[in-house]
Amino acid sequence: MSDIAIEVKDLTRKFGNFTAVDHVTFQVKAGEVFGFLGANGAGKTTAFRMLIGLLQPTGGSARVAGFDVAKQAEEVKRRIGYMSQRFSLYEDLTPRENIRLYGGIYGLTLAQIRERADAMLQRLGASQIADTAVRSLPLGWRQKLAFSVALVHQPHIVFLDEPTSGVDPITRRQFWELIYDAASRGTTVLVTTHYMDEAEYCDRISIMVAGRIAAMGPPADLKREHNVESIDELFVQLARPAA
Amino acid sequence: MSALRGLLRKEWFHIKRDRRTATVLVMLPVVQVLLFGYAIRTDVDNVRLAVVDPAPSNTTLALRNRFAAAGVFRIVASVPRTEDLEPLFQNGTAQQAIVFDHDFTEDLGRGTPAQLLVITDATEPNTGALLQAYAQAVIQQYQFALPASPARPASIIVPVTRIRFNPTRESKNLFVPGLMAFVLTIISALMTAISLTREKETGTMEALLVSPLRPWEIIVGKVTPYLAIGFASVLLVLVEARLVFNVPVRGSIPLLLFEGLLYVLVSLAFGMLISSRTSSQRIAMMGVFLTTLLPNILLSGFIFPLESMPAILRWISYVIPGRWFVAIARGIMLKGIGLEYLWRETLYIAGLATVLLAASIRSFHERLE
Repeated sequence: MSDIAIEVKDLTRKFGNFTAVDHVTFQVKAGEVFGFLGANGAGKTTAFRMLIGLLQPTGGSARVAGFDVAKQAEEVKRRIGYMSQRFSLYEDLTPRENIRLYGGIYGLTLAQIRERADAMLQRLGASQIADTAVRSLPLGWRQKLAFSVALVHQPHIVFLDEPTSGVDPITRRQFWELIYDAASRGTTVLVTTHYMDEAEYCDRISIMVAGRIAAMGPPADLKREHNVESIDELFVQLARPAA
Repeated sequence: MSALRGLLRKEWFHIKRDRRTATVLVMLPVVQVLLFGYAIRTDVDNVRLAVVDPAPSNTTLALRNRFAAAGVFRIVASVPRTEDLEPLFQNGTAQQAIVFDHDFTEDLGRGTPAQLLVITDATEPNTGALLQAYAQAVIQQYQFALPASPARPASIIVPVTRIRFNPTRESKNLFVPGLMAFVLTIISALMTAISLTREKETGTMEALLVSPLRPWEIIVGKVTPYLAIGFASVLLVLVEARLVFNVPVRGSIPLLLFEGLLYVLVSLAFGMLISSRTSSQRIAMMGVFLTTLLPNILLSGFIFPLESMPAILRWISYVIPGRWFVAIARGIMLKGIGLEYLWRETLYIAGLATVLLAASIRSFHERLE
């Protein structure tokens, strides 16, 4: 695979007369942690859903892990992991059963699943809760497990949709350590968030306003260019004219 | 390990671990069979009457006119021989028949007892009993109105009554086929709709859609366990009906199960369609109750006879799959008839299943667009 993980060109999505995503172009390098920011309704979720194959683009193109999302959705889906803000774990199943289910869905053998489940649970320090129903686990645990389950098939790229909403700051920090850990092993991470402090953790960010990318680059560069103290300030400055 | 097997396994865990729902699913049919032991009937009208008149005369015609004028009966066929009645009863054209003896007119004229046979379809037992009483009343009135003659003693027409299909007029024989439809609808439509919307609520459906699973795999994985449970329930109801109430299955059991499968597919498709239009379990449940469960119970002839319904409800009942399944199940279990009489009903259910399944799979795909 080349070192470009995601290549988006003029990506557009219309709903009737409304253009939710308007000729968006960007690239994400392999192993990069790329933050996807935007106010509610800015088109961030729509763009995100097109990249993971839940929505067909109206125009433009997007290649994820080297495959076209519109024409080769199956190939794309095999190579990506996904975690939503609702964590996507089955609450009445145990962590081990969830791992086995998703491992099976992504075509792993039983031996592979067992091996990865043990390694994963050990790394998380979760071996003692491996057979407890997810329902009775604290939110922080569920979140970490959901992230690990999204990585069980060792995807090239993992898509995180507001993965830290409703989680306390300490757990969020721990979660970001997991993200860095995955990135250091070569996994590309595309993450949406509403927390501006988290934006600072990303290698690069893009801020969407009214369906277009209003700013994109490393957080430090963006702050310097726009002459602001924080990403929070920049976000408000960019988003205000649209509101 | 196949992905589909994993999905089925997981669905099985959902069912097994949700003890309360699992108990309800198993106990519901068992309890319902006992509860519906005595079904409630109401009045009837528009009775389909067949007449066997081997030697038509003014006398027999007068009695026939009495029936026609009674307001309750509608003469649907007039045939010369008793044997001709058989198909009329089998395919439901006739619910009741009056059979004049060949010598009816002469006997009546001579003052010797005149034989008149009244045959009633008692598949629906209370309706059957009512029909019999009506027919006897008409005959009695006719007799009172005959001109008095010294040659004739007071009571001269001898109505002999005979009950068809359900000679002991037991309502349990009737409600079991209806109950099967009810149980299948609940399990297939309701459970499918609830389990699909639950996955939407928890966000796991999204995870499945993002995965390389194909839509048909997701659907089959979700739906198969409920199909299996639905089937097990049908068998349970049949066995219980047999053991506790001694309800017969006179026709082919494989045919009955096949028809049950078709009906399950229709109900599953309803459940899927409803779940594709909503994302909350509560709304899905209400949706199934209103669009599937209630019509299938109220307008299928399961509890309330279709004959006594206003015309508009009778018309609506024609599109209700439960109506046709109940007719099929009663036909097979009580009349012992096969596809040669039931092909129309079967074709309708099969057609509906195809259309609805196609529509629900389509709406599933649309979510991805």
